[in-house]
Amino acid sequence: MRDVGILSFAQSNAKSELRNEVEILLPVVKEAVKASGLARNDIDFTCSGSSDFLQGQPFAFVMALDGVGAWPPIKESHVEMDGAWALYESWVKIQTGEVESALIYSFGKTSPGDLAEVLALQLDPYCVTQLWPDADSVAGIQARLFLERSGRSERDLAEIAVRSLADAKDNPHAVAKGDFDAAKLLSEPYRTSPLRDHDCPTNADGATVMVIASADIARKHGQRPVWIRGIDHRIDPPALGVRDLTRAPSAEIAAGKARVGADKIDFAEIDAPYTHQELILREALGLGDGVRVNPSGGSLCTRTLFSCGLNRIGDAYQRIASGDGDRAVALATAGHCLQQNLVCVLEGE
Amino acid sequence: MANLCGVIGIGQTKYDAKRIDVSMPGLVREAALRALEDADLSFADIDAVVIGKAPDMFEGVMLPENYLADAIGATGKPLLRVHTAGSVGGSTANVAMSLIHAGIHDRVLTIGWEKQSESNAMWGLTISPPFGVAVVAGAGGYFAPLIHAYIERSGAPEDTGIRTALKDRQNALLNPLAHLRIPDIDFDKIANSPMLWDPIRYLESCPSSDGACAMVLAREDLAEQAPTAPAWVHATAMRSEPNQFPGRDAVNPQAGRDAAADLYKQGKISNPRKEIDCAEIYVPFSWFEAMWMENLGFAPEGEGWKMVYEGATALDGDMPINMSGGVLSSNAIGASGMIRYAEAAMQIRGQAGEHQVDGVRKSMGHAYGGGSQYFSMCLFGKDKP
Repeated sequence: MRDVGILSFAQSNAKSELRNEVEILLPVVKEAVKASGLARNDIDFTCSGSSDFLQGQPFAFVMALDGVGAWPPIKESHVEMDGAWALYESWVKIQTGEVESALIYSFGKTSPGDLAEVLALQLDPYCVTQLWPDADSVAGIQARLFLERSGRSERDLAEIAVRSLADAKDNPHAVAKGDFDAAKLLSEPYRTSPLRDHDCPTNADGATVMVIASADIARKHGQRPVWIRGIDHRIDPPALGVRDLTRAPSAEIAAGKARVGADKIDFAEIDAPYTHQELILREALGLGDGVRVNPSGGSLCTRTLFSCGLNRIGDAYQRIASGDGDRAVALATAGHCLQQNLVCVLEGE
Repeated sequence: MANLCGVIGIGQTKYDAKRIDVSMPGLVREAALRALEDADLSFADIDAVVIGKAPDMFEGVMLPENYLADAIGATGKPLLRVHTAGSVGGSTANVAMSLIHAGIHDRVLTIGWEKQSESNAMWGLTISPPFGVAVVAGAGGYFAPLIHAYIERSGAPEDTGIRTALKDRQNALLNPLAHLRIPDIDFDKIANSPMLWDPIRYLESCPSSDGACAMVLAREDLAEQAPTAPAWVHATAMRSEPNQFPGRDAVNPQAGRDAAADLYKQGKISNPRKEIDCAEIYVPFSWFEAMWMENLGFAPEGEGWKMVYEGATALDGDMPINMSGGVLSSNAIGASGMIRYAEAAMQIRGQAGEHQVDGVRKSMGHAYGGGSQYFSMCLFGKDKP
């Protein structure tokens, strides 16, 4: 496999945006392209991730492309997935030898709609969606099963929230943050038992942009090169009654293929929107208790759907680039109850 | 291109207005199983699945591939979902081919599908721009002005579209999987069909179909062992350009010309009309065949309509186009681009039955989408590149 390095990353996250998707995206693209050291027209390939259903109209990505710029015509593709999978497609494209660099972007604006209800549209359309199970309730089923299987407690979950919110204080892009007390959080009512508000993600509107390139370009970049050492993604069956919801076998396979366990992991950025999912994914990735998870505050504090997976990879990149760790694993998730997972191992030079 | 890729399995469903005999999983599985059967393989032999479809609004399911994962044998495997508007069937295959070219996987299953009867395409295709007016006119309303501009520029006779539609509809009668098979089709029947979006008549338009198309791709040594000789991928190309900006030529888009030039360069084609034996081109409204003949370099600018007029694009012409009946006869939107690729590959493999062209050594698949701004193309060969 060819070495592929990350040249730059930029993000925008806000609780609720008045700007539309293109307006949110444009300055972030500008920032990332500028930081990459490449001219926009020198980037060989462009790939994006977004969702028509979030935008509430077909071809969400078409309008974004008009804003991002595609003249003269560009080599371009789009996945109806989180931007992390757009990164994967771009990485594959570089592996073919057809291109040397890629611009990746993703965006999501969930504030105009009722997200928990929109996400019910991802379920079995013939038998389940009509019951309109909201996403928090589905996650609650998983959390209940996990607590029973693992012997973990609601306090363990609250402590994950407390830690994440405290870490998010150092992240200017995090939406929810602050100092909280686990005992006090536990006195709050359930949202969907056993989950309380603090166990559920704070949704946000925003965009993420990344520029990657093959080794020669990455080395010329000036900053400490950060390499994509392994990247893989897998999916589990959809029906909630088919699989063991307390585990994430797709994440486990992807972690093996991305060779997470081949060397020491300094920290992890995991797209775990619900507190209990961090514990499931820790297990799947084989991370020991000593490994620091989500120094950014993670998707629990800032979930910009279709963008937060790439955001975790970008956060891990920036931390390594600044010298804060040498080897990290990042994970992006999609679907209900961690159905689909992408694992990316990053390493600083 | 480091690693060669061959198409070793092709499967299509019967296309129809309403496939109420199957669910969405049943539909995609039908195509996938037929492709596997053609390759004499099972789901266990597949390393990854790349699936594509047009907007999720067409079925009302968000990320339906997550729901379809086990029906298409993707459990525990990588599953990528591509969406590049109408070109998606082509670009989905291109992405799947890149997994083989890059040496990441040995065998990849790729699927394009749409079950349009679950929803309403006119609504699904209507964009509501903020502070703007939503013109509920579907794709025909969007493309009709471009056709008028083409007629103005080229001076094409007004029955060019009718002749194209007649040719495609006659070809469809040779294709048992085609959705629209009109036994008594003739010139007058098309000419007298209602005008939907002037100059596009009802019988010059594509239908809304349910259907899926699948292909199994394999790396060189595995493709050599396939029970039916593979169609080798000689080149792939994709280009996109913005929907709107002053100076864009939406009638003969630069992105299409660039993609074709890139494809021919990679495939070492200097005279496409002479060296490519037949092509499946994305023609959702009759006039687009003439327009794309020019965009793809099969005809000089302003003369694409002559190929239609002279019968060059007929099954027995020198440049057969849309032997399967084309998008005009079957249009499960997310599959339409992949059907072009699959039919082009079938011509190489001698699998096209009654609509087979003799002695095909090189064929081409083409798809476009958005406001004529997304293009994906593939060049197939009987011999290795």
